[in-house]
Amino acid sequence: MTILNLFFVVFLGILFFVSYFHISNLVLDTYGEKSVKRYNFENSIRVIIFIAPAFIVLFIFILYPVFETVRLSFYDKFGREFVGFYNYKWAISDPEFRRSILNNLIWLLVVPTLSTFFGLVIAKLADNIWWGSIAKSIIFMPMAISFVGAGVIWKFIYEYRGPGDTQIGLLNAIIVSFGYEPQAWITIPFWNNFFLMAIMIWIQTGLALVIFSAALRSIPKEMLEAARIDGASELKIFFSIIIPYLEQTILVIWTLITIIVLRIFDIIFAMTNGEWQTGVLANLMYDWMFRGGGDSGRGSVLAIVIMIGVIPILAWNLYKHRQEQKI
Amino acid sequence: MKKISLSSILSQLLLLFFVIIWIIPTFGLFISSLRDKDLLAISGWWTSLTTTEINEIYRMPGMNAQIEEGGYFKIKGNLFEENSGKKIQSFGITSKKINEFNVSEVAVFKDESEVTVDEDGNYEWLSKEAFKKKKGKRLFTTSLSPPSFTFENYREVLFKEGIGRAFINTMAVALPSTLIPLIICSFFAYSLTWMKFYGRDTLLAIIIASLVVPLQMSLIPILTIYNDFGALFGVAAKSYPGVWMAHTGFGLASTTFLLRNFLKSLPNEMMEAAKVDGASHYDIFLRIIIPLSIPAFASIFILQFLWCWNDLLVGLVFLDQVPSEIILTAKLKELLGSRGENWEILTTGAFVSMTVPLFIFFALQRYFIRGLVAGSVKG
Repeated sequence: MTILNLFFVVFLGILFFVSYFHISNLVLDTYGEKSVKRYNFENSIRVIIFIAPAFIVLFIFILYPVFETVRLSFYDKFGREFVGFYNYKWAISDPEFRRSILNNLIWLLVVPTLSTFFGLVIAKLADNIWWGSIAKSIIFMPMAISFVGAGVIWKFIYEYRGPGDTQIGLLNAIIVSFGYEPQAWITIPFWNNFFLMAIMIWIQTGLALVIFSAALRSIPKEMLEAARIDGASELKIFFSIIIPYLEQTILVIWTLITIIVLRIFDIIFAMTNGEWQTGVLANLMYDWMFRGGGDSGRGSVLAIVIMIGVIPILAWNLYKHRQEQKI
Repeated sequence: MKKISLSSILSQLLLLFFVIIWIIPTFGLFISSLRDKDLLAISGWWTSLTTTEINEIYRMPGMNAQIEEGGYFKIKGNLFEENSGKKIQSFGITSKKINEFNVSEVAVFKDESEVTVDEDGNYEWLSKEAFKKKKGKRLFTTSLSPPSFTFENYREVLFKEGIGRAFINTMAVALPSTLIPLIICSFFAYSLTWMKFYGRDTLLAIIIASLVVPLQMSLIPILTIYNDFGALFGVAAKSYPGVWMAHTGFGLASTTFLLRNFLKSLPNEMMEAAKVDGASHYDIFLRIIIPLSIPAFASIFILQFLWCWNDLLVGLVFLDQVPSEIILTAKLKELLGSRGENWEILTTGAFVSMTVPLFIFFALQRYFIRGLVAGSVKG
C-alpha cells in the first residue's frame, strides 16, 4: 500500500464512524416526531443507534472470544475435535509451561511490590522540594515509551563483550572497572529474570509515582504537623502515618501493576524471546499460536491460565461496583 | 532546626540518586544514536562526552599527488576529514614507535624524505628527488578528539532501514485506533449515563468486568474470525482496518469506563433543561457534552494513542510483517534479531520510535497524568 493510499484509507475509516452517527441521528431527528406518543419509540431507536457500534465491537472482540477460548481449550489443535482435558493435562506435564508459570509468579511477586515501593518512596522524597516536579517528570518518562524501546535501551546497558575487549555496555563497564569479569547478563538462567524485571520496574515506578503524588496531597497537613511537634522523625512519620493512610491507594496501584505484569509479553519477546529460561505464559501462548502451524487448544489453555490470574481482581471490582450502585 | 536540614539534604541526595539511575539508560541511548557508528562499536557512550585520545593510521598518497616547488618534490594533504575537530598530539612513521615525533618536529624516512605534521592534521612530505612509488608511506597519529555528534545514523535508519516507513505505518495504525474508540465510546458512555433502557446495569457490569480481561483471551478466536472473513471475501485477512477494530475492541472497556466516570460528574440539571427546551439526545451530545468533555477526551486520547503506538502484540498478530504494514515496535524487534550488533541502527531506531511518545509526554504531560490517575483510581 502506498503512503497516499494509506492516508486515504485512514481518512475513510474515521469518516465512516463519524458519518454513521451523524446521518442516523439526523434522520431520526427529522422523521421522529416530537409528540409524546412517539417519544418513547424515538428514544429506543436512539438508544440502539448510540449503543450498537460499541456493543457489536464489545461482543466480537471481548464477549464472544472469552467463551470461544474456553471452548477451544477442550478441543484439538484445529478446534475441530473434542478432546476433554487433554490440553490441560499436557500443560501440567509440560516443563516449558511449569517454567513459564514459575517465572510469571516471580514477576508478580517482585515487579508490583518494588514498583509500588519505589513509587511511594520517590513520591515522598519529591514532595515539597523545589525541583521535585522535574524529578518526577524524569522518573515518570519511561511510562511513555514502548516496552520494545525500553528493551533496546536496557539491552544496550546489559551488552556483553569478551573479557579484554572494551565494554560498551554500562553495567559490564562498571563491573570491569571494579576488577570483576564481564558477564552476559541476560543469558544467566534464573538471575536473568531479574535483569528483565528491572526494565519493568523502571517503567512502572512512574505510574505508581504519579498516583502516589496525587494521594500524598490528600493527607491532612495537621496530622503530619502534630506528629512533628511530638518529635516523630520523618522516617517514623513515613511508616506510621503515611503508609497506613495510603493503604487503599497502595492496594490499587499494586493491583494495577499486577494486571499489567500478568500479561507481560513485549519485554521478554524483544530481549530473549523466552530463551535462557526466561519465558512467561504470554510468550509461550504466542509461541503456540504459530508453532507447528498453530495449536488453538494449547494456546487457549495458556490464555485461560492468564485469565485465572485476573479473576479475583475482576470479582473484587464487580463487588465494589455493586456497592457503589446501592448508594 | 539543624536536624531537619540534614535529613532534607539526605533525602534530596537520595532523590538525586534515583533520578540519575532513571535517566541514564535513556540518556545513553540518545547519546549513542548521535555518535559515529565506528566509534559506537568500540567505546562506551560515556567516553564520547569528553575529549578522548585516539590512534589512527593514515597512508599518504603516492607519486601522482606530487608537485614540484622550489627544487623540492612535495606531497601535501590533511589527515582528517573536514570539520572533524581533532587535534594531533604526536605522530610516528613506524608501527613500533607511533608517538616518536611531536607536531613541530621533522620526521625523516630511510630514503631521506622528510615529513612534518601540524596540529590541524596538515602534513607536508618533502623529497629532493621525485617520488616514484604509486603508494605513499604510512603515518601513525595520536590525536585528541573532542565530543562530536552526527545525524548520519538517523539519515541511514529513516531511509535505508525502513524505519521511516514503519513510522508512517505506526501512525496509520495508532491514529484511527484512537479516534474510532473515542467516537463510538463517547456515544456508548453517554447512553450508559444519561439514557434509560433495559439492561443498562448489566452492560455496565460487563464493561467493568472487561476492564481486566487480558487481551490474550481474545487473540485466537479473533485471528480465526479474521482468517475466515478473509477467505470468505477473498481479501487479505490481516490489514489496517482489522488492526483498528482490534485496538478498538481492546480499548473499548477502559475508554467507556473513563468517559462514563467523567460524564457522571456533569450536573444533571443541564441535561434536563435542554430536554425541556426540546433538544434531542443527539443535540445534547453535540452542543453540551462534547464541548464540556474536551479535557476528558484529551486525556483518554493520549492514553489510548500511546497504548496503540507502543503496542507490539496486536501489531504482530493482526498485521503482516511486510514493509508496507510493519509497525515500529515490530520493526525494532526484527532489527534486534537481524542487526543485533549494529548498535547505531538499534539505538537510533529506538529513539525514532520514542519521538512521538516523548513529544506527547513533554507537551501534554498534565493530560496524560490526569488520565492515568482517573483510570487507576478504580483499577
